Amino acid sequence: MSFHPNDIQRRGRVAGGAVAVALGLLATAFFRAQVLNTEQYRLSSERNRLREVPLPAARGVIYDRHGAIIAENVPGYSVSLLSPSSDSLRASLQRLSSIIQLSEDDIARVVQRFRREPNRPAVILADASFDQVSVLEEHRVEFPSLIIQSAPKRFYPDGPAVAAFTGWTGQIRENDLNSEEFKGYKMGQEIGLQGLERQYEKELRGKEGSRFVEVDARGRVVRDGADRADDPPVPGKSLKTNIDLDLQKFIADYLGDSVVAGVVAMDPRSGAVLALHSSPSFDPNRFIGGIPPEYWRELNADTVRRPMYNKAMQGKYPPASTFKLATAAIALQDSLVDFTTTMPRPCNGGYQYGSRYWRCWSAAGHGNVDLTQAIAKSCDTYFYQLGLRITLSRLLAGGVSLKMGEKSGIDLPGEATPVWATGAAYFDKVFGKGNWSNGQTLNLSIGQGYNSQTVLNMTRFYSALATDGHAARPEVVARDPIRTKIMNLTPAQLAGLRSAMGDVVSGRGTAGSAAIEGVQLAGKTGTAQNETKKDHAWFVGFAPQEKPEIVVAVMLWQGEHGYAAARIASKVIAHYFKRPAIEPANVVGN
Amino acid sequence: MADYPLAIIALLLSAYGIAVVYSAGQTDARIAADMGAYQRQLIWFAVAVASAFVLSRLSVRFLEWVTTPAYALAVVLLLVTLVFGSGAGTAASVKGWLTIGGVRLGQPAELAKVAVVLMLARMLAARREPPKSLLELWQPAAAVLLPWVLVMAQPDLGTGMVFIGIFFGMLFWAGVSWPLLLLVASPAISLVLAFSTGIWGAWLLVLIAVVLWYKPYVVEGVVLIVANVVMGVAAPILWEKLSPYQQSRLLVFLDPSQDPKRTGYHVIQSQIAIGSGGLTGKGYLDGTQKRGAFLPEQTTDFIFAVVGEELGFLGVSLALMLFLFLFLRVIRVAARANDGFSSLVAFGLLGSWFVHVIVNIGMTLNLMPITGIPLPFFSYGGSFMLACWLAVGILIRISSEGRGEADALPIGLRR
Repeated sequence: MSFHPNDIQRRGRVAGGAVAVALGLLATAFFRAQVLNTEQYRLSSERNRLREVPLPAARGVIYDRHGAIIAENVPGYSVSLLSPSSDSLRASLQRLSSIIQLSEDDIARVVQRFRREPNRPAVILADASFDQVSVLEEHRVEFPSLIIQSAPKRFYPDGPAVAAFTGWTGQIRENDLNSEEFKGYKMGQEIGLQGLERQYEKELRGKEGSRFVEVDARGRVVRDGADRADDPPVPGKSLKTNIDLDLQKFIADYLGDSVVAGVVAMDPRSGAVLALHSSPSFDPNRFIGGIPPEYWRELNADTVRRPMYNKAMQGKYPPASTFKLATAAIALQDSLVDFTTTMPRPCNGGYQYGSRYWRCWSAAGHGNVDLTQAIAKSCDTYFYQLGLRITLSRLLAGGVSLKMGEKSGIDLPGEATPVWATGAAYFDKVFGKGNWSNGQTLNLSIGQGYNSQTVLNMTRFYSALATDGHAARPEVVARDPIRTKIMNLTPAQLAGLRSAMGDVVSGRGTAGSAAIEGVQLAGKTGTAQNETKKDHAWFVGFAPQEKPEIVVAVMLWQGEHGYAAARIASKVIAHYFKRPAIEPANVVGN
Repeated sequence: MADYPLAIIALLLSAYGIAVVYSAGQTDARIAADMGAYQRQLIWFAVAVASAFVLSRLSVRFLEWVTTPAYALAVVLLLVTLVFGSGAGTAASVKGWLTIGGVRLGQPAELAKVAVVLMLARMLAARREPPKSLLELWQPAAAVLLPWVLVMAQPDLGTGMVFIGIFFGMLFWAGVSWPLLLLVASPAISLVLAFSTGIWGAWLLVLIAVVLWYKPYVVEGVVLIVANVVMGVAAPILWEKLSPYQQSRLLVFLDPSQDPKRTGYHVIQSQIAIGSGGLTGKGYLDGTQKRGAFLPEQTTDFIFAVVGEELGFLGVSLALMLFLFLFLRVIRVAARANDGFSSLVAFGLLGSWFVHVIVNIGMTLNLMPITGIPLPFFSYGGSFMLACWLAVGILIRISSEGRGEADALPIGLRR
């Protein structure tokens, strides 16, 4: 043992120095962390403690042409859960399932959503009922990570009456999140899934806001409305449509759910869609916040009437005699006939062509008719011969220039493309070269055969007849009306066609019962052959005959005869002209 | 002349510590056990100061007399603990607590630290000259090795490090030369360096140079080199023998981010707490990491992270300054002690505290592996508070028996 004072002093100094250096090094490390790098740690600490709770933006309100509300937002509640891990989320959901109805599937869905974006609260109920919310509030203490917040909920005051063009909203789907179109969208957000909601999603959606809640290490909310300033949501832009809600509701009410029909009403001068309805309809309000499975099953179980199938723009049907105006227009264009031209063979109830006898719809026959009478009486025999005079190739080319093979271009998703052959080569392809007869020409000239049109596209075609030969692109929302010249007819020729159509809705025509007192209605009926079942009824018409303001096309599924459809169109047009004037409502926004 | 400044510094540290224990209990989760911790800590503090006062009235001779029974008791208790022990805190899988009927009676390791200090002091003070060869060190080495093995078997790496700190600190204070200390430590250094063959090879060359220069007995030299080679070879095998949680702690110490949710979580959250405290802290009681229970074991092992978060760099500096003053004061006591035993006891206690402080505080910033050893005067825990203050009592007694001036100590004095 060496305790020489010098040794002791020396060792004491060494020990003191060593201790000071060690603590000094610690202090340096703390200085580095707390003074030099504090910003980085402060961020981590904030990230730890604060969770961003998204505040959904109210979607833009959709108005009709007079400012009446088609789609708005009502207060709703969303229920979501913050969680540090998917396991703990699953455990919380299991416990929650005893309080609110949650199936294993629901739980799996929520967990999957959480996995995709673990920092966002996992949405459990996008649209919780008041009962659910009050039950959950009672159990608040047991679920400290539960976030119940008011969220604007989409509401369509006239639900089924407007469903055909509004579409509906719902939570964004997994595959949409991966698509380029929905870049920047996040799990659990509400998006437009169909109709206008989908078409104008960008304008309607607005900007999501957020608030911050403070959580502890287990993800439990310890303070709500934390100290950071909230970022308020920005509501979506409102949308003013061309829709005439009063007319739309009239159509929906008149048709009810018992018939299967597609109806489009349009201003032929601008293409403004005044009404677009498909019957039977469905209630889009029930789709908000998740479609109840039983409702979805119910809608899809009706495989005959198919409520989810839009008869106005998705359904394609042979246009039948409504197409005779196209045949007539092509013939007039090429100066093959005028309105007084008769055909070589008068109508005795049919026409012998080749080995087959082609019947006219009237077994009694129409006698020796000119073009005007043939249109009014819808004489098939006349149009068979007119078709042969035009020839197949020119008939097909004429149909192409009348845009019988193109979508109308309406600003709604899901429009079907009509069926129209672009040339005779098509028949060679379908039937084999030489394996088809010129009978195709006869079929096409009366709107049968290889020809399937949407109600919407027939509306567009008639808008050209109603005006100066320009077809208007249908527009639900007024953007930039586009009118395209599709037929090269003189004003006199167009007036002649309109006059013949006026005769249709008179004692001389096929739809005399559709006449409206005081309004000159003009149009054309059609009865589309439907194999073994009842025929589909068509009517496309406009009024007033000389200066049309409205075109209405009606396709009544299995309506048997055109005049059934004509009566509907007549009611619609009569309502349009005879209702009391509509006071414009105050439009908020745009 | 009793060293009252030392007692005052210890009081200040205790007051600081209890204030932080109180804050650490104030969380959003409102855990009753944590919220009441400061009250129990206050009671233990009172008991501890009273015990220290009583101990300071007892002669150092009493300590010398009690050395052997205390050492024997410590070894027996460590053996018992190894069989019946239970774990707690970050070291939940460490059987460090002596538990009877579910009641945790205390950690025998606390007694063992003091017992080892006393035993080493007696052995080293009995010698006329400081040990000059490895052979002369076998007794003190064995006295440390026995409890060290028992503690490492718990397995309590932290207390094991404390024993090593005590051992080398006291050898240094007893006058063992630097080269010899290095030679004693060399097998352990080999063990650590063996993970990189290149570095280990370089170390072996340095060691051979030291051996050639220091010229120990040939046998010793050969044994040393062989021991180093064996350690280097054995290291990977020993690594395999470590339990997975020990391996992961060591690995996470090297890179906490590789396991951010489990073992690494503690260290990352502690670093975030300290770093986000900044210069002046988030304010007493207002630490968000602490409040949201992001900090692990915030009343015990990671209590210094609360200091860092709430009181910032200034609060940290204050605590480090207090510890520095305490340590310098203890060195002063050791230097002025009346006899070799007293002086060595004082320095041994310093060694124990020093390792606790460096390892615990270093751990909160990931400068040290997580070992679960508490911070003197701060960490919540009755037996540890008591142990710290008993040490203060011993130091006060030693200072009051001491000679006032360092140079007044007689040469080669024994007793």
